[in-house]
Amino acid sequence: MSKQFGILAFVVLTAAMAALPFGIGEYGHGVLVGMMSYIVLASAWALFSGPTRYVSLATVAFFGIGAYTVAVLADHLPFGAILVVAGVIGLGVALLVGMATLRLAGVYFVIFSFGLAELVRQLITWFETSVTHTLGRYIFVEITTVQIYWLLLGLAVITLALRWWIEQSRLGLAVHAIGDDETVARHAGVNVTGVKLALFAVSSVLITLAGAIQAPRWTYVEPSIVFNPTISFITLVMALLGGPGRMWGPVAGAVPLYFLFEWIATRFPDQNAVILGLVFVAIVFLVPGGLLSLIDKWRARGSGEQSHA
Amino acid sequence: MLKVVNLTKRFGGLVAVNGVDFSVEEGEVVGLLGPNGSGKSTVMNLISGALPPTLGEIDFDGQRIDRRPPHRIAKLGLSRTFQLVRLTPSLKIRDNVILPLAFGVFPVFGREAEKRADAALEQVGLAGRGDRLVHDLNYIDQKRLELARAIVTNPKMLLLDEWMAGLNPTELRAAMELIAGLRDSGMTILLVEHIMEAVRALCPRCIVMSAGTKIADGSTDTVLADPHVIEAYLGKAHV
Repeated sequence: MSKQFGILAFVVLTAAMAALPFGIGEYGHGVLVGMMSYIVLASAWALFSGPTRYVSLATVAFFGIGAYTVAVLADHLPFGAILVVAGVIGLGVALLVGMATLRLAGVYFVIFSFGLAELVRQLITWFETSVTHTLGRYIFVEITTVQIYWLLLGLAVITLALRWWIEQSRLGLAVHAIGDDETVARHAGVNVTGVKLALFAVSSVLITLAGAIQAPRWTYVEPSIVFNPTISFITLVMALLGGPGRMWGPVAGAVPLYFLFEWIATRFPDQNAVILGLVFVAIVFLVPGGLLSLIDKWRARGSGEQSHA
Repeated sequence: MLKVVNLTKRFGGLVAVNGVDFSVEEGEVVGLLGPNGSGKSTVMNLISGALPPTLGEIDFDGQRIDRRPPHRIAKLGLSRTFQLVRLTPSLKIRDNVILPLAFGVFPVFGREAEKRADAALEQVGLAGRGDRLVHDLNYIDQKRLELARAIVTNPKMLLLDEWMAGLNPTELRAAMELIAGLRDSGMTILLVEHIMEAVRALCPRCIVMSAGTKIADGSTDTVLADPHVIEAYLGKAHV
């Protein structure tokens, strides 16, 4: 597939996605927002975690920071300005946390990232109960569901374009090398800590913005709503299902799983968590390399040769 | 080219390298010998920046490099291979070699980098394999790829950590010719090696370590006949 054709297909797909809300009702708009939100979250998560293989469970920490920034500032600033502030806060936290933790290897990073989400949630809860004396806030922003969907679509386009650009550039070589062997990457001249920090920061800012953009959908937020750890796990599983090592992998995982989870939540509201867990386990066992790697396997079987993206 | 002064590395209570001094002149090929556990690989890791020294000073090409991270040392023109082959299997073979070019002092990327990577692959005997995967290579070819990655940037100095270990006699001859070619091109080389045939053929000078200290340094014939060296390798009874 040529580069021009790829770009054209991407533009056409984006236009088609932008036109989706026409002709469907408010319920459909809500579904679209949810789906696009997870497309952004899974793709942004994989931007850092895919090639570097640092499994982060901090997704909801940044998502919640974004949402809470909107909750605090909604009455004081225009929505666009709030998004900028949210992005800056997300960036600051990501750089601070990144510098402290990206030297941690493997499971220690996973545990820390999980703890971070809980820490942020507890800090905000403490602040709200003991300083402002209001746990829970109302958000009134003049924005329609379709506008939120379009903003998320724009964010998804930015996220995928960034991933594409990274994979084309020398940075792509560096991040894959880091995922394989950091020592090799360092000795090849790669500033490993700098690359990881930059990627973690970019990924975190995108996730923060995803949280901020859809905050007006809730009307009422409190820490337990926007810092729900299930969001981190769902994001992770979606990216794993599609294959976090590829640009379209997280999208390919997010779309079917989002609809599956929606269906499970309405059909079996009481057994929701159990079924989610079973799906997680099934994915790890059945498609360890991600859905898109299956296409490669089929192709390889057809041509009798191993291919590689 | 390289000057090491009072180099010391402690791991907790263990002194792996203890006050080692030596220097390597430009264009020299020097063998670093010693029994297993004598601290040779640790010295290599200290020079390349993989480990920070506990004490001592390392100067490379007129600059002090101890305390510098490995990516900055690499940019000064110091390359290495690893005792156990280390490659990046999620990258194609050619991209393994492009990596150090793309992150060198003068980054090269795109067509130019591909040309230079293919030239390096050809130099080590992997011509035409650039689009394949690392997993398609056997052991000797993986070692070749590692060497291609180390020399593609045309480094001032090359550290080879048992690069010839595990080769059969035919492969060894090819490997020795390859290193001799690099030597003839003027590259400064420090190599840790157990294969004496290769050491005698390639290194006019050797440094011998035992239990973390330097016990001999001089022309290869003299050093290998030194009673201290024989004792370190074989024990007192053989002196």
